[in-house]
Amino acid sequence: MSKVRVLVGTKKGAFILSADGKRQNWEVSGPHFAGWEIYHMKGSPVDPNRIYASQSSGWFGQVLQVSKDGGKTWNAPGGDIKPGQEAPMGGRSNKFAYDTSDATGKPLTTHQWYDGTQHPWEFKRVWHLEPSYSDADTVYAGVEDAALFRSTDGAESWHELPGLRGHGTGPNWQPGAGGMCLHTIILDRADPNRIYIAISAAGAFRTDDGGKTWRPINKGLNSQFLPNPTAEVGHCVHHVAMHPSRPNTLFMQKHWDVMRTDNAGDSWQEVSGNLPTDFGFVIDVHAHEPETIYVVPIKSDSEHFPLDGKLRVYRSRTGGNEWESLTKGLPQKDCYVNILRDAMAVDSLDSCGIYFGTTGGQVYASSDAGNSWAPIVENLPAVLSVEVQTIS
Amino acid sequence: MNQVRVVLPPHLRTLAHVSGEVRLEMNSDITQRAILDALESRYPVLCGTIRDHVTHERRAFLRFFACSEDWSHELPDAPLPRAIASGDEPFLIVGAIAGG
Repeated sequence: MSKVRVLVGTKKGAFILSADGKRQNWEVSGPHFAGWEIYHMKGSPVDPNRIYASQSSGWFGQVLQVSKDGGKTWNAPGGDIKPGQEAPMGGRSNKFAYDTSDATGKPLTTHQWYDGTQHPWEFKRVWHLEPSYSDADTVYAGVEDAALFRSTDGAESWHELPGLRGHGTGPNWQPGAGGMCLHTIILDRADPNRIYIAISAAGAFRTDDGGKTWRPINKGLNSQFLPNPTAEVGHCVHHVAMHPSRPNTLFMQKHWDVMRTDNAGDSWQEVSGNLPTDFGFVIDVHAHEPETIYVVPIKSDSEHFPLDGKLRVYRSRTGGNEWESLTKGLPQKDCYVNILRDAMAVDSLDSCGIYFGTTGGQVYASSDAGNSWAPIVENLPAVLSVEVQTIS
Repeated sequence: MNQVRVVLPPHLRTLAHVSGEVRLEMNSDITQRAILDALESRYPVLCGTIRDHVTHERRAFLRFFACSEDWSHELPDAPLPRAIASGDEPFLIVGAIAGG
């Protein structure tokens, strides 16, 4: 029977929630890395026991951790002594040095600061890790200040893909309230040269040549906070999701507005439809129905909690515009949590499971595509991210 | 040969899988830079957690103390007190108390 492993990153450590395919009885492991912020964990599609974790702290900076046994034990890569070596190679797995060489595209060195002045790029943390579909040792990292890095040696060392910062619009990128983070990385399983990324607040970008060159894909986005609301860059994209079978169709939860594109981002149209508010952070796609999508509407950009204190997931079976409220099993009064951008995920069992975590420390699961919900855990630290592995 | 004692904050002790003080055998002059170089060489996982990988600047929320004095703003190559070099006193790496 298949198993499900839910990887939960929180403000104070990592937790791993495991269940069999029925998804009724859950085993909770953790906290791993107690006391540290775990921005994201994700397992390799090639080797599900290989899990990458971003561990960070305002005091001690960034640490990268890797498990090769499904999360039972962890290691900061490079700390071990390899055959033929007298000392550990280590100490580079958390080294995210921006590429400043002329030879690799003259990456820009400043971006727009909160007050409109230019500010140097400064590495702060890894927001998102995206393991490769073809190689367990290859993994991408989206970082703050926004840039994309890649490791091909199991996270022992990292190298920036400098074309993203080098293509010319960087001086108009600016930090959102959470910092200037590259938070979304979507790989195209069928085309290894195509990668989508999203940055808050710059927008979405696409490469079709494996990361050498990038183009902004923000046509159709409208952000009223910008001097030019339809500018090429500067949009506060909160999250983007794609179904693997439809690599040209993306769904986006923007600061305000839910959007979709069917031409790989060349143009977007709004699909907020009858949502009670189109502000929010998460968005995801059903594992087997590419036109079924999920969001959790949040009241506004100044009030980051559900409207009317009712925690409601909204599902569209039409790829947007027509939305239904899903409330069974979710609190319908006095609920004032938030659901952060990387805190929703789906499993790929026959009856698709949907999972999301809250800043109140609950992780809710639905084993029937959202029709009904139940908490797996209710008292974790604030949840930063949720990923799911379906293990045969 | 000097045996220098270093006290790490709890999170870094956990990260490096050590308990109690770290003792470093050192031949060089005993300076902040030399201690951190030796510490990172022995525990590579600590690289980047005490000082920046590239600039080697002290992370903002960490402080260095020697013989009850704050050495955080001293030059990294300034000789530390004899009591640190002799191991009579530990070199303290302290995380700022913040966050409520």
